[in-house]
Amino acid sequence: MKSAVVVFPGSNRDRDMIAALTRIGGSAPAKIWHADSDLPKVDLIVLPGGFSYGDYLRSGAIAARAPVMRAVAERAAAGVPVLGVCNGFQILCEAGLLPGVLMRNASLRFVCREVGLRVETTASRFTRNYRKGAVLRCPVAHGDGNYRADDETLARLKGEDRVAFRYAALPGEPASGNPNGSLDDIAGILNERRNVLGMMPHPENLIESMQGGTDGRPLFESIVTSLEKAA
Amino acid sequence: MKARVTVTLKNGVLDPQGKAIEGALGSLGFAGVGAVRQGKVFDIEIAENDRARAETALKAMCEQLLANTVIENYHIQVA
Repeated sequence: MKSAVVVFPGSNRDRDMIAALTRIGGSAPAKIWHADSDLPKVDLIVLPGGFSYGDYLRSGAIAARAPVMRAVAERAAAGVPVLGVCNGFQILCEAGLLPGVLMRNASLRFVCREVGLRVETTASRFTRNYRKGAVLRCPVAHGDGNYRADDETLARLKGEDRVAFRYAALPGEPASGNPNGSLDDIAGILNERRNVLGMMPHPENLIESMQGGTDGRPLFESIVTSLEKAA
Repeated sequence: MKARVTVTLKNGVLDPQGKAIEGALGSLGFAGVGAVRQGKVFDIEIAENDRARAETALKAMCEQLLANTVIENYHIQVA
């Protein structure tokens, strides 16, 4: 699988993402600097986590207007899979490639811990290798993960099976497991065409058992499987 | 030409930062403080002498970057 990881000033999860893509995709992804206006021909574009532009103005707001994002939007419109994790999700929302917005956590606290993550749909090239309803253990690390959208948008997301992941209680956890107050416990959503996924948790950090689990692997394997089936 | 753009959260959008400020004002002993909503102010210098053209440009800036119109309103004031 040929992939590209877009790096913005302030990205800090790009190396973890590159390690995961290299291990599962079989080749090292191209690193694309935010000021580039061209993207190589790839099977997957990833916007990694971090604090692009120091979260100035709004999380992801400045990065969403970087030169490279025009090319990302064109590829997305052409059907190329685009994955945004954490700050990448915020950038996709700010760029208008996904609906809604990620606001400050309801607790006002930065949350860095493991959460439960329920797979809500397997009808996507990112989640096909999961079992629907499975609850994964996945780390989150963010201050702005509180997903908000208007009623109409939420109804569409639900009606069109576009909520990919919701926060869920881990065994023994009393509360809903929602770490940030997000609307309807939403942790990840798909675009209308289902080739763009944004999610707050970090699947790239659950690739090897030494990381505490491998629940993130099927996400990347799903993308590889989709490419093989399409070929 | 100078302009001031004010960006505020739309009614009904949860503002946890405003809530925290509201609580802090209360603990400082300020009685009678109702809801506090936090917003942003941008002072912008623009090389334009025509007021209408400046306003058009500022509106585009708000729509494209300064405000996220999913959750925020903006107000433009040209000096």
